[in-house]
Amino acid sequence: MLEIKDLHVKLADEDKQILKGVNLSVGDGQVHAIMGPNGSGKSTMSYVLSGKSGYVVTGGSALMDGSDLLGMEPEDRAAAGLFLAFQYPVEIPGVGNMTFLRTAVNSQRKKRGEPELSAAEFLKEIREKAKSLKIDADMLKRPVNVGFSGGEKKRNEILQMAMLAPKMCVLDETDSGLDVDAMKLVAEGVNSLRDGKRSFLVITHYQRLLDHIKPDVVHIMANGRIVKSGGPDLALEVEQNGYADILKEVA
Amino acid sequence: MALAKTKQDATQERLATLTLPDGAAWATAARADAVARLRQAGLPGRRDEYWKYTDPASLVQADVVPAAPYQTDEAPVFGQIDRLRIVFRDGVFDAEESDDLALEGIEIERLSDATQMDIHWAKNLYGVLEKRGQDPVARPLATLNTGFATDGVVIRVTGRPSKPVSLVYLHRKETSDAILHHIIHVEEGAALTLLENGPAAARFSKVLEVEVADRGAFHHIRAQGRDHERRAVTHIFARLGDESLFKSFTLTANGVMTRNEVVLELAGQNGVAHVAGAALGDGAFHHDDTVFITHDAVGGESRQVFKKVLRNGATGVFQGKILVKPGAQKTDGYQISQSLMLDDDSQFLAKPELEIYADDVACSHGSTSGEIDDDAMFYLRSRGVPQGAAQDLLTRAFLAEVIEEIDDPEIAEDIQSRLESWLQRRG
Ligand SMILES: Nc1ncnc2c1ncn2[C@@H]1O[C@H](COP(=O)(O)OP(=O)(O)O)[C@@H](O)[C@H]1O
Ligand SMILES: [Mg+2]
Repeated sequence: MLEIKDLHVKLADEDKQILKGVNLSVGDGQVHAIMGPNGSGKSTMSYVLSGKSGYVVTGGSALMDGSDLLGMEPEDRAAAGLFLAFQYPVEIPGVGNMTFLRTAVNSQRKKRGEPELSAAEFLKEIREKAKSLKIDADMLKRPVNVGFSGGEKKRNEILQMAMLAPKMCVLDETDSGLDVDAMKLVAEGVNSLRDGKRSFLVITHYQRLLDHIKPDVVHIMANGRIVKSGGPDLALEVEQNGYADILKEVA
Repeated sequence: MALAKTKQDATQERLATLTLPDGAAWATAARADAVARLRQAGLPGRRDEYWKYTDPASLVQADVVPAAPYQTDEAPVFGQIDRLRIVFRDGVFDAEESDDLALEGIEIERLSDATQMDIHWAKNLYGVLEKRGQDPVARPLATLNTGFATDGVVIRVTGRPSKPVSLVYLHRKETSDAILHHIIHVEEGAALTLLENGPAAARFSKVLEVEVADRGAFHHIRAQGRDHERRAVTHIFARLGDESLFKSFTLTANGVMTRNEVVLELAGQNGVAHVAGAALGDGAFHHDDTVFITHDAVGGESRQVFKKVLRNGATGVFQGKILVKPGAQKTDGYQISQSLMLDDDSQFLAKPELEIYADDVACSHGSTSGEIDDDAMFYLRSRGVPQGAAQDLLTRAFLAEVIEEIDDPEIAEDIQSRLESWLQRRG
C-alpha cells in the first residue's frame, strides 16, 4: 500500500534537515503505529506525504499503490486515496462543515470519474456516520472546526475520514487530548473502517490507543529516522520504560 | 482661502462644458447656489487629503474618457425580482423601456418634471442634504451634480409599496457623460426598497438624497454593472429620523474607476443605519468606498461592512468615519473594512476614523488586509478540494459577512450568484 524509501526532507526556509532517511512499508490492510519523542519528525512525515508546502524532499521516495505520491498535488493525493487526520485540525471561519465535506467528497468522486453524491444521498450518509461518532447536527452546520473543543475536532477528523473512505489513513496524534470515552469513539471509528484492504498509519504517544486499535507493526522514530520496529510489544515497552532505553540501544 | 490657480482653471474648464437646465424659480435658485458653492470649493484634485488614495482626474476633467459598453448575455441583475422598473439610457429616462410609474403607496415623478413646477415638495430636499453633507468635508463632485443634473427621479413614499422600485442604468454610447440626481422622501412609518443596477454611462455622476422620516425604512441594494471601462462617482446623502432604518448594500464587480460616497446623519433617536459593500476587482479596477456617518442623537446604531477581493493588480480604497456628536449617548457604532488579496500585485488602502464627543458610547472599528490563509488552503486541498475550488470556498467565506447585510433572501441569492460568476471568470 505505502512504500517509503530513504526519505530525506529539509525545511524550505531554513537549512534544517528533519527527515534523514525514513524507510517504511505498510502492507494492504495493515495497521502500523509510529511512536517517538516530540520533535522526531512524525508530523513532518505525515505532512510531506500529504503534500504540505514548506518542506523540500532532498532524497528518497514515497509510493502509494505504486504511484509516486511526492509528485502529486495535495488534492490528487487525496483523490488517490490518502488521508491525513491532522494533529492540529485547522479552523476555517465562514465555511460550513457540511459544505466543506460535500465539496471534498464530490471533488474526489469527480476526479476519479465517479458520479457525485446528491444532496440527499450525502445528507443521509453523513447523518449516519456523525451519529456513530456522537457528532450532533449543530456541529455539522457550524464553520469547519470553529468553536469546536479539542475532542470535537478530532472526532470531526474521523468523520471526514469515514466520509472520504480513503485507502491509506494517516492519523497524527488523533488520541492526544481525548478522554477515555472520546478515545474509544475514535478507535471504534477507525476499527469500523478496517476491511482487510484499507491501511492505517497511527502516530501516537500512548499505548492506550493501541489497546483499541491493534497494530500489526510498531515503529519508533527518533531524530528523523525509524530506529526500531517490532510487534505490539514494542509499544508496551515504550509505555513502561520511555524512549531512553531504546534510543541508547540503537545509538 | 483663495483657490489655487490650477484648481480654479480645472473647475472653470469643466463648468464651460455644462449647461444649466431650465426650471421653476426654486430649482434655478438651488442650481445657482450649487454653482456658486462649486466655484468656491473647486473641483477635487490629487493633492486634496480626501482624494489621497484615488486620483479624481478622470472624474473631474472636461472630456469624458470613452468607454465601450460591455456586451454580455448574462441574465440581468434583479431580473427575477418583481419590481417597478425605471430605465435610464446613458443618463436619460427611457419611458418606453420603463414600467408605468404608478404604484400604491408611492408617488414617482421624473426630476425634470418636478423641477418645472412652481410648487413642489422636492424643493425642500433638492440639494439640501447634499449641501449639509459638505461639512466638515467638501464633496464638490456632488455639488456639481446638484447644479447640472438633467434627469432623475423624485419619489415620495407614503405607504408600503408592494414591490421594490428598480432603477436600471443602461450604457449604450461610448462617450456618454451622465448626471443623475434622485430624491427620495420616505414619510413617517413608510418603507421602500430601492434597487439600482447597471453601469449607466461611460462616465456617471449620481447623487441620491434620502430623507427617512420617523419610523420609516429604506432598503437599498445596488449592483454597478459589468462594464470594465466605465467610471462612476456616486453620493448618497441620507438623514434619518427617530427609530428609522436605513440599509444600503452595493456590489461592484467591474469598472476602471469607482468612487462611492455615503454621507449619513442619524438625526433622530434610535435610528439604525447599515452601509455595506462588496467589491470584486480584477486588473484595471480602482474602487473607493468613502463613508461618513454622523451620530447626532441618542441611541443610534450604525454599521459599516466593506469587503474587497482583489486580484491582478486591482486597487481597493476605504475611507470610513464615525463621528459621534456631543449628546449622542448610547451610540453603537461598528465599522469593518477588509480586503482579501488573491495575488501580490493588488493593493488595499484604508483610512478608518473615529471621532467621539460623547462618553457613553460603544464604537469599534477594524481594518485588515490579507491573503488566503495557507493552513486553511492546505487543509481543504488535503481533503481533495482542488486549489481553485478551495480558493473559491475561502473567498465566499470572506464575503459571507457582507452578503448577510442583505435582508431579502431572494435578492441576496441574486447577488450571491453574481459573486459566483465573478469567481468563475478566474483570470
Ligand atoms: N515548518 C516548520 N518550521 C520550523 N521547524 C519545523 C517545521 N516543521 C517541523 N519543524 C521542526 O522539525 C522537527 C520535527 O517536528 P515534527 O515533525 O513536528 O515532530 P513530531 O511530530 O515528531 O513531534 C522539530 O524540531 C520541529 O521544530
Ligand atoms: Mg507531531
